[in-house]
Amino acid sequence: MVQKLDYLHESPSQTAGPYVHIGCTPNFTGIGIYGGDLGTSMKTGPVKGLEIIIRGTVFDGTGTPLRDAMVEIWQPDAAGLFPSANETRGAADPNFVGWGRSPGDMNTGEFIFDTVKPGAVPFPDGRMQAPHITAWIVARGINTGLHTRIYFEDEPEANAADPILSRIEHQNRIPTLLASKQPDGSYRFDVHLQGPNETIFFDM
Amino acid sequence: MSILNGPPKSGGFIPRDRVWQPDALTPPYKTSVKRSPQAALLSFPTTLSEETSPVFGHSILGDLDNDLILNYAKSGESAIGPRIIVHGRVLDENGRGVPGALLEFWQANAGGRYRHKKESYQAALDPNFGGCGRTITAEDGSYEFRTIQPGPYPWPNGMNDWRPAHIHFSIFGHGFAQRLITQMYFEGDPHIKLCPIVGILKTQEAIDALTAPLDMNRTVPMDSRAFKFDIVLRGQRQTYFENRKEGL
Ligand SMILES: [Fe+2]
Repeated sequence: MVQKLDYLHESPSQTAGPYVHIGCTPNFTGIGIYGGDLGTSMKTGPVKGLEIIIRGTVFDGTGTPLRDAMVEIWQPDAAGLFPSANETRGAADPNFVGWGRSPGDMNTGEFIFDTVKPGAVPFPDGRMQAPHITAWIVARGINTGLHTRIYFEDEPEANAADPILSRIEHQNRIPTLLASKQPDGSYRFDVHLQGPNETIFFDM
Repeated sequence: MSILNGPPKSGGFIPRDRVWQPDALTPPYKTSVKRSPQAALLSFPTTLSEETSPVFGHSILGDLDNDLILNYAKSGESAIGPRIIVHGRVLDENGRGVPGALLEFWQANAGGRYRHKKESYQAALDPNFGGCGRTITAEDGSYEFRTIQPGPYPWPNGMNDWRPAHIHFSIFGHGFAQRLITQMYFEGDPHIKLCPIVGILKTQEAIDALTAPLDMNRTVPMDSRAFKFDIVLRGQRQTYFENRKEGL
């Protein structure tokens, strides 16, 4: 016998189920409480940097949009600083929350975020990562929340030098991580849970 | 806002144990079949994007946010059902309490009915029960809330599948890598071993980790029974020898 390591197991994940919106965006479901839903607005005042809109839809393996998903994003401000208690590199834009939560449109399932284009953040070895947003998707039928990243199609040089994107074996899947610029200036980032365009999901 | 990370300096997050955690594709839970990624997840060490997390201060909380018996009830009335207190601690894999963690919870009413327009179960709505609450952990990672014990309910999967009584939990830790949604079950519920969603858990130990025991020590005599539910989030490596450049 040896000594016990005595670490705990992470609590097992379970699906968010069909009623995640009751718990996380109750006002969206008609339960008026808390004075509003968390994550509805990512800005508390005028923000620095380029303001952008990101829209997208989560599709299942049959191409059907999910209308019971919840998508959250987390990102730094335009200077690359996180509005987080454990950000040690400087103070982030005080009017930028960095975190957003969208229940998706009641009828179409389309999610929308009104945010800023994130600044670049270093990789642990000091190289700069391309500007990106962390996205987390939960829904009925998803047993463990899915973690992906939103990079930007219009950042080809930064993307080419990105320590993570450049290490991905199947380079032909990288477009699944790129938000594309739309004619109206907004970005589109669709998520495919399965199929030929299955989004790259991370275990980070 | 307080600085939540004390010394020693934390490294990246310990990788999620994908052997312990449920698989994405679990055919007895039918909805997973077309909603599970088929390619392997791409593994990378965490970066600042996953090691940071939004901060939710206690100031966002209203007085009744952690009291589901009263937070949707008309003045002078209360939700119907067995009164219970749910309490526990949010810990990390190193066994340390996680302070400042936002917990959001939601559940069916005592008859097993959710307040949601897509809900079709014939059990009656309780006009005094909304079904959601939230709280933030104290310095030692502890939390508690008051609610009514939810009922089991039928759901469309197999021809006769019923969910055990459960409460859904959403948890934020100190890094977005810790983001977790799970469910709490109740000790002694005979539906636990029949449920296809519980069935995705791979071991009895994993089922036990989500099953809250009756806690008579926290039960309030003549008022509310108590159940204890600890939640464990991913831990961070603790080392003075992190192989990183200065300032990262
Ligand atoms: Fe449920």
